[in-house]
Amino acid sequence: MYVKAFLVGGAICMIGEWLVLRTKLTPARILVCYILAGVVLSALGLYAPIVEFAGAGATVPLTGFGHSLTQGVKHAVEESGLIGAFTGGLSATAGGIAAAVLFGTLVAFLFKPHAK
Amino acid sequence: MDKQRVHTNPDHYAWLTDQLSPPSPLGSGLFRAFWVGGLICAIGQAISDIGTRWLDLSAQNASALTCITLILITALLTGVGVFDKIGKYAGAGSFVPITGFANAMVSPALEFRREGLVLGVGAKLFTIAGPVLVYGVGASVVYGIIYALFIH
Repeated sequence: MYVKAFLVGGAICMIGEWLVLRTKLTPARILVCYILAGVVLSALGLYAPIVEFAGAGATVPLTGFGHSLTQGVKHAVEESGLIGAFTGGLSATAGGIAAAVLFGTLVAFLFKPHAK
Repeated sequence: MDKQRVHTNPDHYAWLTDQLSPPSPLGSGLFRAFWVGGLICAIGQAISDIGTRWLDLSAQNASALTCITLILITALLTGVGVFDKIGKYAGAGSFVPITGFANAMVSPALEFRREGLVLGVGAKLFTIAGPVLVYGVGASVVYGIIYALFIH
């Protein structure tokens, strides 16, 4: 599983680097493209098999974040209908977002900016 | 003649700078992104396995644990200035995984701290994460509505 995670995760990152070097897209745009790609692939049912195969190799890249949003929405709709379309995505990704907000704020308080 | 065209024709100028700038090292850049990105995912897999095997977490909670742990590590590495160096070396290898999302939140918050707690730290946390969440959440809600109305 570790080899699969390494190979698939590495390949997904390599595509990102190819976009950086060849298309002049900024990293921020690439991240937006990746999360959208994750949502679309997951909605079409194409991302779940990759997660099945590669585990964290597919869930750790940002496409996996899009996949979590979509799967969260899907399960919530199945449980509670249309309202789930609004509650499911953020519920499924709440851990990561809350962690990033908390740790981001703490680090901004505790550390000094570095000269670039 | 040529000199004048450089200044009057932006396309020609862009072409000329492309010719004169050193070729970007495609091969080594891709390789760096591959092995660093792959390594980050393998570490993620290890955290997830610890979650499911030793902490009795469900698959979904193990995935949340992986996310949270990688974000914590990234936030600390960004704070001490190490993540910038990894980013310079690995490019997309470090910003495509969830580590990049975390770094994109921590780094501007840290840098703009002197602009205050609200419009400095509070707002800058979402400089890059904001658009990512807007389009990611937006797209997933649209999918959810379609799914609820037409598929489910």
